[in-house]
Amino acid sequence: MSNRNPTDDRGRIRVTGFNAESLEKRDELFDWTPDRTVGAKSRRARAWRRFKRNRTALLGLAIIVFMAVVAVFARPIELAGVTIQPISLAPFDPGASNFNALKQPPSATHPFGTDWSGKDILSRVMVGGRFSLSIGFITVSLALLIGVPMGAIAGYFGGWIDEAIMRLVDILYAFPFLVLAIALIAVLGQGFWNMILALVLVGWIGYARLIRGEILSVKENEYVTAAKALGARDRTIIFRHVVPNAIAPVIVQATLGIGTIVLSAAALGFLGLGLDPGTAEWGSMLSNGRETLVQGQWWITVFPGLAIFTFVLAINLVGDGVNDAIDPQGDAGGGERGVR
Amino acid sequence: MTLRRYLAKRILLTIPILFGVSVLTFSLVKLLPGNAIDYILQFQEATPELRAQLEAQYNLDEPVWVQYLLWLEDALQLNFGESVISDRSVTDAILGRLPHTLMLGFLGFVIALAIGIPTGIVSAVRKGEPADEISRVGALLGIATPNFWLGLMLLLLFSVQLGWFRVIPPADKSVVSPAMLKFMILPAITLGTASAALLMRLTRSSMVEQLNKEYVKMARAKGLTERTVILKHVLRNSLISVVTVAALQIAFLVDGAVVVEQVFSWPGVGRLLINAITQRDFPIIQAVVLMIATTIVLANLAADIIYSWLDPRIRY
Repeated sequence: MSNRNPTDDRGRIRVTGFNAESLEKRDELFDWTPDRTVGAKSRRARAWRRFKRNRTALLGLAIIVFMAVVAVFARPIELAGVTIQPISLAPFDPGASNFNALKQPPSATHPFGTDWSGKDILSRVMVGGRFSLSIGFITVSLALLIGVPMGAIAGYFGGWIDEAIMRLVDILYAFPFLVLAIALIAVLGQGFWNMILALVLVGWIGYARLIRGEILSVKENEYVTAAKALGARDRTIIFRHVVPNAIAPVIVQATLGIGTIVLSAAALGFLGLGLDPGTAEWGSMLSNGRETLVQGQWWITVFPGLAIFTFVLAINLVGDGVNDAIDPQGDAGGGERGVR
Repeated sequence: MTLRRYLAKRILLTIPILFGVSVLTFSLVKLLPGNAIDYILQFQEATPELRAQLEAQYNLDEPVWVQYLLWLEDALQLNFGESVISDRSVTDAILGRLPHTLMLGFLGFVIALAIGIPTGIVSAVRKGEPADEISRVGALLGIATPNFWLGLMLLLLFSVQLGWFRVIPPADKSVVSPAMLKFMILPAITLGTASAALLMRLTRSSMVEQLNKEYVKMARAKGLTERTVILKHVLRNSLISVVTVAALQIAFLVDGAVVVEQVFSWPGVGRLLINAITQRDFPIIQAVVLMIATTIVLANLAADIIYSWLDPRIRY
């Protein structure tokens, strides 16, 4: 401010007894932006410290990381003709049929046995993680991207916007998760991205409902009134002040939601409505599990199912750990906090 | 707001929801890829006259909104037309299978309640002790097991290996015959497990919350036995929040039934729906989906009414 010349000597009205500097200093204070990262960081750091102390949650996390690593390194990955991941842990090509080894029980060569067309089940379970894990993570991320803004807008503004969004949510809530997903897949057709789209369209409503409920109480806080009085835009208030303080139960729910989505995707695969029947997706591998089971080939259904079970169990361990880390006093499990 | 006004408002609110549900059901089926007439005529020669006759029969020559209103008018009288594949009345097809699904759902729900609530109580009362740890691990396993896989494993162990149960349901007409009831044991366990786990967690957390309340101290202080305190005071207050979730449990059970019926070849509505979807039997899809959604809307209404009656403080 020192380079600005005072205009006292050009005949302007001179105000005496008033220290203009104090005003400038105050103006500067107005430019002050709260250092958001400090508060948010320490909150996250504290949650992480608590999470690290939770052994079962860490075990869950280790299982997930292990499964993800196995899925990535099971077969080489090529992107546009260039091999970006050359390692191949899986002993066989998951898509290759070996007609000399149909429906083989587990053995040294095929630890998990082979299926009706002689494909090695161990290799398929290893590669199958790619589908199930990516469906789980992508679906939940997209569902959050739709559900959180919708619920936040409904809860913050109230009135007719709230009515419109929440009536839509109520209508979608009348359909059971899987039934609606099945109907949507029938309309959209089968396939990886269609399955994700169907699950996102069903999945976002849960997050919208949950965050709306939280925001209804958070927006009564004085800092929201203060931000409004300071003239902050609604968008700023919602995404800087309200959502960060209402997001905790949504994070817990989203973690557990990955498990739900993987289970639903597997159920769709089992019903023959998931990915292409030949795909090495865990659910699709079980699609004619009933017939092979009755014929006594138990290994075709046992191992892919165990993979799903292990993954969902690990996700639940992590989800419970996240819940305890974020909300140390509350004894309620993640899901129940949304019920008001 | 008085109870009567609250109830009136709550009941009025379900009307637009039911309307939206019917619009969504109708339009989902309208959006199914491919022409419905082509599906009907896939096994016979399609003459233009036959085509026109069928279009008139299914009102496909009218504008979409007229089709919707005609469909809604029939649906309100429980007339959903005829199945595209079998020429059977859709209502008959559903009614023929509904007892199977209701019986399965009922048994599954009973198993869920019988396992979930007592373990939830024990777990809350003995919080932190081995009994609590065991039931919490059990609940975790119940939630993480894919229900169709659990069904397949039970089928493998008890039907294929041990031979205690049939692999395919008996062909009895009645659902309550001894053979049918025996066959239903495995599907009902499969269906009930996940719900039991959720109910256990909910009962536990709401009881733990209630146990910290002042009235529990008061009840103990006046010398009531621990049994009376838990069963008469704490449990009653805890179950209020369990009731609200009961309606959600119905949606959960429907999802479960769709899958479990497939695992055990159970001739219920869920299997009807899956078959109808693979065969594009659109009148059946519309009717089944509408029936399920209406049931859930009404169950939610019932749960809210029971809730406001159980807990007079609740008024929205």
